Amino acid sequence: MAIIERPAPVGAPALPAPVTPTRTYGALRRPVATTGWKSWVFTVDHKKLGIMYGAVAMFFFIVGGIEAVLIRLQLAAPDNKVLTADVYNQMFTMHATTMVFLFVMPMAAAFANYFVPLQIGARDVAFPRINAFGFWTLVGGGIIVNLSWFLGGAADGGWFMYAPNSGPVFSPSNGVDFWALGLQITGIASLTGAVNLIVTVLNMRAPGMSLMKMPVFTWLQLVVQFLLLFAIPVITVALFLLSFQRSFGATFFDVSAGADPLLWQHLFWIFGHPEVYILVLPSFGIISEVLPVFSKKPLFGYPFVVFSGAAIGFVGWGVWAHHMFASGLGPVSVAVFSIATMAIAVPTGVKIINWTMTIWGGKLNFTAAMHFAIGLVVLFTIGGLSGVTHAVAPSDTQQTDTYYIVAHFHYVLFGGAIFGLFAGFYYWWPKVFGKQLNERLGKANFWLMVIGMNLTFGPMHMIGLQGQPRRMYIWTEARAGEGLFNLGFWNRVASIGSLILTVGVLLFLINVWKTARSKQVAPLDPWDARTLEWMTTSPPKEHNFDAIPTVRHLDEFFHRKYAQDSVTHEIKQVSTAEDIVRDQEANADKHIHMPSPSYWPIILASGLPVIALGVIYAIPVAIVGAVIVVLALFGWSLEPSTAPETDFDPPASEDGTKELAPLG
Amino acid sequence: MVDTAVHHAEYGHHTSTGLSNNKLGMWLFLGSECLLFGGLISTYMIYRGRVGEGPRPGNVFDIPFTSVSSFVLLMSSLTMVLAVAAAQKRDDRGTTLWLTVTGLLGATFVGGQVYEFTAMYNEGLGFTTSLFGSAFYTLTGFHGVHVTVGVIMLLSLVGIIKRSRVPGDKAEVVELVGLYWHFVDIVWIIIFTLVYLIPT
Repeated sequence: MAIIERPAPVGAPALPAPVTPTRTYGALRRPVATTGWKSWVFTVDHKKLGIMYGAVAMFFFIVGGIEAVLIRLQLAAPDNKVLTADVYNQMFTMHATTMVFLFVMPMAAAFANYFVPLQIGARDVAFPRINAFGFWTLVGGGIIVNLSWFLGGAADGGWFMYAPNSGPVFSPSNGVDFWALGLQITGIASLTGAVNLIVTVLNMRAPGMSLMKMPVFTWLQLVVQFLLLFAIPVITVALFLLSFQRSFGATFFDVSAGADPLLWQHLFWIFGHPEVYILVLPSFGIISEVLPVFSKKPLFGYPFVVFSGAAIGFVGWGVWAHHMFASGLGPVSVAVFSIATMAIAVPTGVKIINWTMTIWGGKLNFTAAMHFAIGLVVLFTIGGLSGVTHAVAPSDTQQTDTYYIVAHFHYVLFGGAIFGLFAGFYYWWPKVFGKQLNERLGKANFWLMVIGMNLTFGPMHMIGLQGQPRRMYIWTEARAGEGLFNLGFWNRVASIGSLILTVGVLLFLINVWKTARSKQVAPLDPWDARTLEWMTTSPPKEHNFDAIPTVRHLDEFFHRKYAQDSVTHEIKQVSTAEDIVRDQEANADKHIHMPSPSYWPIILASGLPVIALGVIYAIPVAIVGAVIVVLALFGWSLEPSTAPETDFDPPASEDGTKELAPLG
Repeated sequence: MVDTAVHHAEYGHHTSTGLSNNKLGMWLFLGSECLLFGGLISTYMIYRGRVGEGPRPGNVFDIPFTSVSSFVLLMSSLTMVLAVAAAQKRDDRGTTLWLTVTGLLGATFVGGQVYEFTAMYNEGLGFTTSLFGSAFYTLTGFHGVHVTVGVIMLLSLVGIIKRSRVPGDKAEVVELVGLYWHFVDIVWIIIFTLVYLIPT
């Protein structure tokens, strides 16, 4: 709600919902529900939006996972008939699209939305309504991309959709149209999110929090948002050109009409390579929070982790053509991109060293989150090393379009990005929901995922170097090879591995379900954490902090809990989380204005899928969508994001003890 | 600490950088737009010689005409500056006057573009005639849509100011629209030079 009441003392009954804004803006009154589904659908609260991002991403993780298992079932036996060649093409295209655009990116956005404002001591993001718009836009884009399954078949050109596979000859269904327009819409979500989070981080830090006192997760998210800001418009151009080709008869990528065969590849990978850092850097940020906490040591070489993250962000723009070594770029381009690609391994290696040195000599506490964080360091290193082999152009031309590539990017994306996200789940669950996930189930979850992922993707290195092509939908025993290199054997192993992985993920879902039902409340500071997001209640109040903290140190929360004895130089606990939060409540800020909920973000976002459907089926429908967008933009512009005080009901109590929005 | 971070940021005071959230957001968005036009311009530069059976660029461009409409668009940046200056002096009449003039100049440019497209179409350059045609209409069309959006923003802003319905700081809202407008103008200078003035 817009204006916050004084927090109720511990044990007292919760106060009724705050007073409500009464004035009408444009066509619609403001939504005022503080409970029930309306309080979620029309919310602009970064924490609620973060949870919703997470829930939607989890849904798509399950969808993408089912697609992956179907792919592995098809390859589990010779001459298998689980999927036809056509459906198989759709399956791997949609598996990658779903995992990249609808799981890892939104899940990273979930963490960013929830924790960046908390980590910098802010009460919300800079543009709360744009935040809500971004979420609903993502939902619309996800629906459009997946709707194609039910309307004549999904996209089937592979996730990088090279011509001529993206053209009408090889992809006659509407799948690619849905794909292009759906990703266009999710791109809008990412772009608005990027602007929002960059402004939030740059402008809304708590007093005293200089850039070099920011938590590493926030730092790496800042880098990621800059990457999104500049990468998304490039894929936007590519997708527009593709849509114009498929819907309006242009021939941008039609080589037979004189088009340049490499134009799409360049545009796609100029986006696509920064994209891989967009996927993995948030997870790097997460484990850079987790490893120090569970090693009881500060992060080793904080500035190196920050600057190597920024360096990855810069160099990431100069390596895209290593995806295209096999396309005949010419020796100069190949040499330049080859060297740049090797160079980017350096800042990545710096991070690995920093994480290792953080653990080194620490008092290690092997929680589930710590398991996943260490899992990331090990598995990502394997994926990084196979990545360096791609940087060597002659070797890469042998590996291109084989399962070796599939092995590589699953080690960095599953072993890297997804393990980091799981570390984040276990680490931050008590903060978000006030309850801890079960540690024993969590460790079982970890081991099954480690074993499953290595069985699934490990053998792919071998069969890839033996020549099994990527996207091969069927194999026969007669041509499977012999002995150690029998690709039939290794494909069966990989398929068994994928089932183990599935059980691992199921354990996580069971863990979530059990935790949701449990009544056991997590302690305020279960991990003895170091950063600001733990310096408030769990889950945090709507306004995050009763009093905005003044920051004096990197790892401010740790420095408030512990101090060094000036004589013995021993680190001693001087305060507890409970003390600190109680102290904040006692000195709470008066009169906190929070942004008000709004109908406009979801209305504006709902126009975009309508436009997409109109472009595919009937232009008049697109015009209806455009009208919705224009009207919503006007409604949005006329509505102040925070309802002014004059718009609120008079004080609820006569005696004046409960004045308008008192807090403190 | 009576007020809070959110409250401050809303009205553009006491942000960590000193820049208001809205202005910083607009600059970031424009940074992103550079890459959008970068991609479109690159595509055009690759394809401008690929005319197939259709007309060549030199045969369809009417450079004197486009120079005049480019001049009109450039002048609209001047009137935009006057609008921002008036807004900062809290001169509502001056603001709405110059915003209206800017909007009309922008609309003149868009009208010129429609005329130009029609003339080119009649000379045989359709959207699907050749790669040059597709790339040309896509690039200049995207720019035209940007100008049109700008004109709508300018004229809407005039109406909103007249009814005193501007949420937040009026001068800043005018300045934000101004930033967008100047950006669209600068992009046109680049497009005009690369597309029209440099011979194929």
